[in-house]
Amino acid sequence: MFFRRKQLAVAGAISDLPLASVQGRSPWVDAFRRFSHNKAAVFSTVLMLLITLACVFGPLLLPNAFDDTDWGAISMPPTWAGTHWFGTDELGRDILVRTLIGGRISLLVGLLGTLASVAIGIAWGAVAGFLGGKVDSVMMRIVDMMYAVPYLVIAILMMTLFGREFYLVVIVIAIFSWIDTARVVRGQTLTIKSREFVEAAHAIGVPTSRIIFSHIVPNLLGIVAIYTTVTVPGVILTESVLSFLGLGVQEPMTSWGALIGDSVGKMDATPWMLLFPSLFLCLTLASVNYIGDGLRDAFDPKDR
Amino acid sequence: MWSYIFRRVLWAIPTILAVITVCYVMLHLTPGGPFDSERQVSPAVLANLQAKYHLDLPLWKQYLYYLKDLLHGDLGASFRYADWSVNALVAQALPVSLSIGGTSMVLALVIGVALGIAAALRQNSTVDYVVMFLGNIGNTLPSFVLGPILVLIFAIWLKHPDGSGYLPAGGWDGSVRYMILPIALLTIINVATIGRIMRAGLIETMSSNFIRTARAKGLPLRTIVLRHAIRPALVPVASVLGPLAISSITAAVVTETVFALPGLGKLIVNAATNRDYTLVLGLVVLVTIIAMLFSLLIDLIYAVLDPRIRY
Repeated sequence: MFFRRKQLAVAGAISDLPLASVQGRSPWVDAFRRFSHNKAAVFSTVLMLLITLACVFGPLLLPNAFDDTDWGAISMPPTWAGTHWFGTDELGRDILVRTLIGGRISLLVGLLGTLASVAIGIAWGAVAGFLGGKVDSVMMRIVDMMYAVPYLVIAILMMTLFGREFYLVVIVIAIFSWIDTARVVRGQTLTIKSREFVEAAHAIGVPTSRIIFSHIVPNLLGIVAIYTTVTVPGVILTESVLSFLGLGVQEPMTSWGALIGDSVGKMDATPWMLLFPSLFLCLTLASVNYIGDGLRDAFDPKDR
Repeated sequence: MWSYIFRRVLWAIPTILAVITVCYVMLHLTPGGPFDSERQVSPAVLANLQAKYHLDLPLWKQYLYYLKDLLHGDLGASFRYADWSVNALVAQALPVSLSIGGTSMVLALVIGVALGIAAALRQNSTVDYVVMFLGNIGNTLPSFVLGPILVLIFAIWLKHPDGSGYLPAGGWDGSVRYMILPIALLTIINVATIGRIMRAGLIETMSSNFIRTARAKGLPLRTIVLRHAIRPALVPVASVLGPLAISSITAAVVTETVFALPGLGKLIVNAATNRDYTLVLGLVVLVTIIAMLFSLLIDLIYAVLDPRIRY
């Protein structure tokens, strides 16, 4: 019954189409079409682009420097008059520029931390899944251990020990955020590994490392792309928490988390110091989440 | 069952050992000892101090000493708070963390499960939208933003005319009044996750075959939900309790910083900023052990909720 109906529908669809328009659509085009129909995801993409552009170019265009102290405007509330549209902090530094500069750090850590964590996750998961056996169980045992570990506490310990350089923040975050990617990649590798082209590569004597990195890893990229967007908000959040606690990048450099952390003791006097960085951070987190959802729906339509 | 618990505890040991070892080695690889501070100390005093803390021994002996003390439940002495052992500092901070974290966890479970059930049974109703909204808040409003905003609204803008803000003048005194906001913050964040997952779990369960059978038998909805549907729907909730417990520790670090509560989280941050190495190490060990216990507990809850799981 069901079969017949489907057949009829297909026959109908084919007879309706003019012959010239029949051409294959790649899964990427399909995915893009689905993504562009998702209003929340498209809106979030635009918002994310705007925030990124503002953070990259805003500080160049604005009259104030992020570490300039304006003695004529200490703890000034937001105002349209003058140049301090978001107000100033208790040192007379412009909150707008500091928010944008902080955004550079937060977004850059989000980007680099995600790339690093995804790279570790792919390598770990692909090697474990492909080699299997003892190596696999040891590597996955380590992943299980990482799950049980309260990572923030250890991240705090590492930031204390190794100092608060920018690249250290990225490394510490990457160390603790690759485990989800590794699990997913391993699962996917297990299914790919039994396919014929891998067998063929074995048969003609391709070395194992090349099979993993030039035959298996490229086939993982779809699922990895999705997991990358899922990793981004987590990385940004971890950086913000560390900065919030005063363990991120050092003054006068700042990030959204650090700005929020700065404002906490002074909320009764200067609430705008809390509100503007929070607004940027929350908008970013929300849009990255919606973009991730949109991508997942676009690439994996069976979930809907 | 008992053999399963035994095996799980055996598996937890290498994890804890690995965490201790990695942290210990990291601590001792960094340049500078705990006593090269600004204050000049005479060589004799320094030698005595180092002997007292076993710092004159080779690293592996120090490590074994540390493990031996740990097995006796002794986390060592704090390097910064003179005359304080890590145990004493923990004993002071733990009740604060437990009262706030425990209360909010129980509240979040009850409210989250109840809201999740209500939302799943009446999809697209007001309750459903509230749960979905809360779930989105959990994704976009992290605790370190929500916390200060709660303080700003309730303790600063809406404060009682004769109240003095959100903290007592003499510091934390454990009275209920100062626990409301921190508990509310942790509860909201956990309710967001639990409610969303309970909703999804129950919606899926309610569309399964055995529920259809129960409906066909003519059972009232109440019985169907409470007797048949709730247990399988709770399984996914149990699966997030582990990560949730760990992130509650995270959120607790933030909460205690926002509200200036003298709990474990605040102690960790203070220890880190003061570079009190033994205190940080002790707290890492303690929190790891707590986290491992939690994940064991949750695996046991699984067995109770889902009779298909056999150990």
